[in-house]
Amino acid sequence: MSAPGNTAVLHIATPEGVTFSLPLAGPVTRALALMVDVAVCQAIQQILFIAVKVMSVFAEDMAGGAAYLIMFLIAFGYSSVCELLFGGQTLGKRIVGIRVMDERGLRLLPGQVIVRNLLRVVDMFPVFYAVGGVFALFSKRCQRLGDLAAGTVVVRTVKVIPPDVESVLGGKYNSFRQHPHLEARLRQKTLPEEAQLALAALVRRDELETEAAIKLFGEMVQRFREKVKFPEETEHGLTDEQYVRNAVDTLYRKAGG
Amino acid sequence: MILDLAHFIKRERPHWKDLEKALDAIQAQRLDLSDLKASRRVLSLFQRACSDLARIGASNAEPELRTYLETLVGRGYAEIHSSGRRAHRFTPLKWFLHTLPQTFRRHIGAFGVSVLTTVVGMFVGGVLLVAAPEGREVALAPFPHVAKQTPSQRVAEEEKNAKSSAEHLERSKASFSGMLMQHNTKVSISTLALGLSYGVGTAISLFYNGVILGAVCLDYILDGQIVFLIGWLLPHGSFEIPAILIAGQAGFVLARALIGWGTREGLRTRMREVTPDLATLIGGVALMLVWAGFVEAFFSQYHEPVLPYWVKIAFGSLEFAVLVAFYAFCGRKSEPGKEVRP
Repeated sequence: MSAPGNTAVLHIATPEGVTFSLPLAGPVTRALALMVDVAVCQAIQQILFIAVKVMSVFAEDMAGGAAYLIMFLIAFGYSSVCELLFGGQTLGKRIVGIRVMDERGLRLLPGQVIVRNLLRVVDMFPVFYAVGGVFALFSKRCQRLGDLAAGTVVVRTVKVIPPDVESVLGGKYNSFRQHPHLEARLRQKTLPEEAQLALAALVRRDELETEAAIKLFGEMVQRFREKVKFPEETEHGLTDEQYVRNAVDTLYRKAGG
Repeated sequence: MILDLAHFIKRERPHWKDLEKALDAIQAQRLDLSDLKASRRVLSLFQRACSDLARIGASNAEPELRTYLETLVGRGYAEIHSSGRRAHRFTPLKWFLHTLPQTFRRHIGAFGVSVLTTVVGMFVGGVLLVAAPEGREVALAPFPHVAKQTPSQRVAEEEKNAKSSAEHLERSKASFSGMLMQHNTKVSISTLALGLSYGVGTAISLFYNGVILGAVCLDYILDGQIVFLIGWLLPHGSFEIPAILIAGQAGFVLARALIGWGTREGLRTRMREVTPDLATLIGGVALMLVWAGFVEAFFSQYHEPVLPYWVKIAFGSLEFAVLVAFYAFCGRKSEPGKEVRP
């Protein structure tokens, strides 16, 4: 269940024969979201209490009744209503970047949302979600008791923009193409992980510090040169980044393409 | 490398974008999967994305692209494979008249355990009351105002001050009602949630309620104040006590699913099966407690001479008869073999 970097991951196999994985939110992330939600509930409560105070001038008894109901509805209703209306997210969860979902990857049902939130009373026992926190720590799917009972998990929402691979690979001159036999040797000797690393470095080059980028591309070039030595005139004038770009183009292009 | 990544992305990206748009439309309810043409198109796009993910997975391509495709396939999977889940659209009236009483009857055994636990508690409460002089104080500890007087003293006082009490109550009915609803619903939710302790917590909660109820009832009966007791408790108790018992029923349903008694299904399957029933039962409990809160604040606390006891008893009996009839007979026609769920 654990992926590299000790991130708990939920693997779901579809009937189409594909397995996809979703990163699970840990207890710390969830605690942060909870803190935000507590603050939001307090703020809503304070605003409504101002309205209740105004109401008490005209109808003191009704205002008292309303105050009890407001406290109760916010305590038990806030999370359920938000999760039902906003795709498994409360405001805290949205800010932190997590959401509740069915443990089989399906849409949440209202019953699941209600049950997971009602069972908070046990997860909160005795203080500060001690029971729920301990269960989430030791659960494979980071589930508190409410999640276990309702069949839900909390996953991290990941950004869904496709990477700009084309700007790295598409339409640029590659001097290595003049030597198909050397390209073939490079493809043969390069491990898939090395190719993946080189591509990732190019895609994320703008996110790297200048010095770190220079060092990284330098090391990669050295590694590729150990595998295949291209003629000097082919490499002439190429920066390390351009060298890696050529290598990646070679690796991710069909032979003869 | 097997995959020509740049060409692959250039060729497939339009299809991914189409799938994204279709999924957005489904979520915004602009696209209905019950439309055969639309569902075929979405399914075809989804299967194409699945196939792309499989190819990417096999070729160790760029991890960010894999994450993107996994998210896309995850979204598609949730929408396409959950379409059956949306078929049962929630209709409050259907839920109230069919689902709630049917769910109650489906778990009638758990309700029996709930009643039995409370009755045992009531018996122990009665024994505590008569066995030792300090037993009364122990059993009635949560209600010091009841414990400090004998029932006869309280009845005399209530009837003597009936008019002034009624006037006082007139000014605090709504807040009293709100407080009762809040408190009783919290107790019910705890009783349900404690089912997670394999039912032990639920049983303790019901037993404790039974001890108090038994002690109060026997205290009034032994003091000859049966009419006052029934007139006081029946109007709101006819809903409040069954509500707590149904919360206990839900707690025992949860406990049974945890233990896995009488089934070979795995824990997750068992829990999945009872989740809608738990939500339904606690929804019914909440409705009953809202009604009981209103009745207790607006009706139960008025005593003779302001409100004759026979009126209170008749009203309470009628409520109880309606409640029993509702849970026993409502939704019977649609019950056999065709479950109605929200």
